[in-house]
Amino acid sequence: MNLAAAVHLASAPPVPHAQHGFLSPTGVEIAFLLVGLVTLGAALVTVTTRQLVHAALWLVVALGGLAVEYLLLTAEFIAWVQVLIYVGSVVVLLLFGLMLTKAPIGRSPDADSGNRWAALAVAVAAAVALVWVVVDAFRTTWIDLDGPAAGTTEVTGTFLFRHWVLPFEALSVLLLAALVGAIVLSRKARADADTTPAVHGKEGAR
Amino acid sequence: MHLAYPAVLSALLFCTGLYGVLARRNAILVLMSVELMLNAVNLNLVAFDVWLSRAAEETLHSGQALTLFTIAIAAAEIGIGLAIVLAVHRNRGTSDIDKLRDTAEGPEPEGPDAEGPGTPAAEKAEASA
Repeated sequence: MNLAAAVHLASAPPVPHAQHGFLSPTGVEIAFLLVGLVTLGAALVTVTTRQLVHAALWLVVALGGLAVEYLLLTAEFIAWVQVLIYVGSVVVLLLFGLMLTKAPIGRSPDADSGNRWAALAVAVAAAVALVWVVVDAFRTTWIDLDGPAAGTTEVTGTFLFRHWVLPFEALSVLLLAALVGAIVLSRKARADADTTPAVHGKEGAR
Repeated sequence: MHLAYPAVLSALLFCTGLYGVLARRNAILVLMSVELMLNAVNLNLVAFDVWLSRAAEETLHSGQALTLFTIAIAAAEIGIGLAIVLAVHRNRGTSDIDKLRDTAEGPEPEGPDAEGPGTPAAEKAEASA
C-alpha cells in the first residue's frame, strides 16, 4: 500500500522532478549531509557534555553549521542573520550568563539531572516518530535549488517590507518590551542586593 | 535536494534539544537546549519555504519571514531568560533548576528548601550576618 501511495505521489502533478533518484545524490545533498552530521554531532555534544563552557562553544559549532545549511538552501540573508544574532550575540550572552552565575570551569558531575534516562527515552521516541512521519510524508519531494536564490537580501527585503511590515513593526515593539523587561529584572535584583542580609536572615530563620 | 534531508535533520536537532531541556540541570544549559529546538524549527521553516517558493506561482515567503521573526524573538527570549536566571542566582545562590521547588507539590510538605542543599548556605549567611 505504501508503494502504491508512493507511485501515486510520484505521478501526481506537484512533483516536477521525477527524474531525481535516491541513489544519485547531488553535490549539494552530499554537502548538506556532511554539514548536517557535524551540526548534529555538535548539538549532541552540547546537550551531553559535562563542561558548561564547552557546551556553549559546541553550540557555536551547531549554530554555525545551521548557517551553512541555510546557505546551501539558498537562504543567504537568513544565514547571515543566523551568524550575526546567534553566533554573535546569543552565545556571547550565554557565556556571560555562565560566568555571572559562577559556573564551574572544569567538569561538573551534576550537569545532568536524575531523570536523564526518562528524558533519553522521550527524546528517542520523539525522534523515531518524527523521522518516520517526515520521511514517509516527503519521500517523493524534491527542492529545486536551481535558478535564482530564494532568500537573497533583495528578495528578503521585498517580501519583508511589502507583505510583512506590520508584524515587523510589532516585533520591534516586542524587542523594546524585552529590553525594558531585562533592565527591570536586573534592577530589581540589584535593589534587593542592598537588603541582602535581611533577606538571608529571613531565609535562615525560616 | 531531497526535502527529507533538511526535514530529518530538523527533527533530530529538535529531539536533541528536547533531551537537553529534559535532562539538564543548569538553567543556562536548558536555555541552550531551547535555542537548539528553535533552530530546528527555523531550519524546517526555511527548507519548506524554499520548496514552496518554487512550487507556487506567487509566494509571500512566509517561512523565511517567520524564521526572521523567530530569530528576533529568540534573541529577546534569551535576554529575558538570562535576566531571570541571574535574578534567581542572586536571590538563591544557585541556577540549579532541580533545587527551585518552592511551588512543588510533593510528598515532603516543606519542600527541599527546608532540608535541601541550599540550607547550609542560608545558615552560613545567617551566621555571618
